[in-house]
Amino acid sequence: MTLADMQFVTPDLRLAAAEIFISLMACLILLFDLLVKDRKRTATFVATQLTLVAAALITLATSSGEISYTFSNMYVGDLMGDLLKLLLYVTVLVVLFYSRGYILEREQMAKGEYYALALFATLGMMVMISANHFVIVYVGLELLSLSLYAMVAMNRDSVPATEAAMKYFVLGALASGLLLYGMSMIYGATGTLEITAVAERLYTGQVDRMILVFGLVFVVSGVAFKLGVVPFHMWIPDVYHGAPTAVTLFIASAPKLAAFAMLVRLMVNGMIVLAQDWQAMLILLAVLSMAIGNIAAIAQTNLKRMLAYSAISHMGFMLLGMVTGVVSGDARFALNAYSSSMFYVITYVLTSAGTFGMILLLARGGLESDEIDDFRGLNKRSPWFAGMMMMMMFSMAGIPFFVGFFAKFSVLQAVVAAGYLWLAIVAVAFSLIGCFYYLRVVKIMYFEQPVSPTPIEAPAQMKILLSANSLAVALLGIFPQALMSLCAFSLLRSL
Amino acid sequence: MEFKTFVFYFLSAILVLAGLRVITARNPVHAALYLVLAFFTASGVWMLLQAEFLAIALVLVYVGAVMVLFLFVVMMLDINLDRLREGFWSYLPLGSIIALLMVVEMGLVLGGNYLGLFESSVAQAAAEDSNVQAVGRLLFTDYVYPFELASVILLVGIVAAVALTQRDKRKNKAVSPSQQVFVKARDRVRVLQMPAEKSE
Repeated sequence: MTLADMQFVTPDLRLAAAEIFISLMACLILLFDLLVKDRKRTATFVATQLTLVAAALITLATSSGEISYTFSNMYVGDLMGDLLKLLLYVTVLVVLFYSRGYILEREQMAKGEYYALALFATLGMMVMISANHFVIVYVGLELLSLSLYAMVAMNRDSVPATEAAMKYFVLGALASGLLLYGMSMIYGATGTLEITAVAERLYTGQVDRMILVFGLVFVVSGVAFKLGVVPFHMWIPDVYHGAPTAVTLFIASAPKLAAFAMLVRLMVNGMIVLAQDWQAMLILLAVLSMAIGNIAAIAQTNLKRMLAYSAISHMGFMLLGMVTGVVSGDARFALNAYSSSMFYVITYVLTSAGTFGMILLLARGGLESDEIDDFRGLNKRSPWFAGMMMMMMFSMAGIPFFVGFFAKFSVLQAVVAAGYLWLAIVAVAFSLIGCFYYLRVVKIMYFEQPVSPTPIEAPAQMKILLSANSLAVALLGIFPQALMSLCAFSLLRSL
Repeated sequence: MEFKTFVFYFLSAILVLAGLRVITARNPVHAALYLVLAFFTASGVWMLLQAEFLAIALVLVYVGAVMVLFLFVVMMLDINLDRLREGFWSYLPLGSIIALLMVVEMGLVLGGNYLGLFESSVAQAAAEDSNVQAVGRLLFTDYVYPFELASVILLVGIVAAVALTQRDKRKNKAVSPSQQVFVKARDRVRVLQMPAEKSE
């Protein structure tokens, strides 16, 4: 085909309306912020929140429920993407709301750029969620990562934050390199970068399998880094610990949704034919993550660091759902398995946002309160929030009847249905070990005396939102069915 | 072996060696120069694929602009080489065993397939049109989405650089001229009435 007879199809911009809107608004907010004289940047903050709400409305309005492609098949709009994007807006909205008080107390973070970077990071995640092309996955990932590096480093006078940003940047660049190398191998083997076209060529079987699996190893490594699973987890504890808590909250919540979407797009949409190969790799990653995450978390005295190891173990658990989709060439259980993973990641994001929100609630007057000891005797200071924190810890530990229990339960169900009984037993054993450190936080809150019995002061809106978040954890635990069927339905219409 | 194949292997060998020297060279300036060589050789490989425009752009942009800047930065920073090398020899045995193992593994995996040049589905450059035209047209049609996103990434880079380096105005003692002209004698000198002290 020569260029002369190449047909140019005008892309259907409606499908990507939300992405276009967010990028426009991020640029406008950047300009608008110059006019804001207020040192607290309230106007910028409100504009950012309104942008997220409007983007949610746009996504709702343009969602057709069909799988549709645009931008020469580089962009895919489907129900899974729409659902994840809606959850993404809500998460970012809540995260920025929690962070408000924290960043106002830190002069260098209380700038309009913080909100613009948050919006750009959101855009990056949206791009990743509806990518149908290796280049788009990579570009979205870089957009997200670059914004996050800057946000971590924003509190410049803090040495740990600068160190965390530097580590995150160097290791992130390395992981991007691995991912790109893998992608180039897959391009070499299949001759295309378009994810659905890769799937087609794999299906017809005219590819060099050796090079393909070779590339797959690198792609899995890159994705594993972004998910933060062992042995690509080294950055997680340092970044979670060193970053300002508001940014840790951001990193620990929304990007997990995007990383899950990246996993589904690359592995399930693109390379389901190679499921045997990547499932074996993911099993290894999952077991190692659950082991190292849960055991290392026990030794931590810093709550942020403990939650970082807990995040590693949770991502390992989530991977269990992804490894049980195809059993000896039979994809009967795929939908069930993948939707259990999706449910797991969504509920984890909800719980994680609430837990870090609680650390932000206690951090006042420019001081952090991220040591586990800072939660000592919380029950005496505020019985209500001690109860909320307890619910979150119970949910993370997987104690019935909180949402974490059902998330773990549905993943284990998928694992057993696929015939990996030993894997289920390993997962339960490590979860039991994990219970120890979650329950220790509860013990410290209820059975020890507070260092100073000052009551908790926070704006009423923050208290209400944090309570709503925690109650959602409890309520979803009692009625998990709605969200579960939503996950299953969206995947059914998308895969 | 065709001449083209020979050229490919020749350039690739130089490219790999240059890449190796970038990370092993003791002197950072040498490392940067090896990187220049690597870029140059890579552009040669692109030339073989008939992608002249990309080859020239690589040399112009990376060698001409980025690497020169890079060299300046490297020369300005006073890097203490000895401190960078600390612990190098103690890590070397383990590191080299692992590296050797990985090279052997990759060789085993790929060796069988790389006896001949990789003739395959990789898209052939459209020889009918000029290179610039082809790149330009694709960039603004099929690849318009990643192109726009790349521009957003650049914007994020600028915003991040400004946000991370800009400090508030320095608190110095300079006086604003516009306020200075309104000064009155009263503002300069204050006459105080004090009770006189007796000398002893």
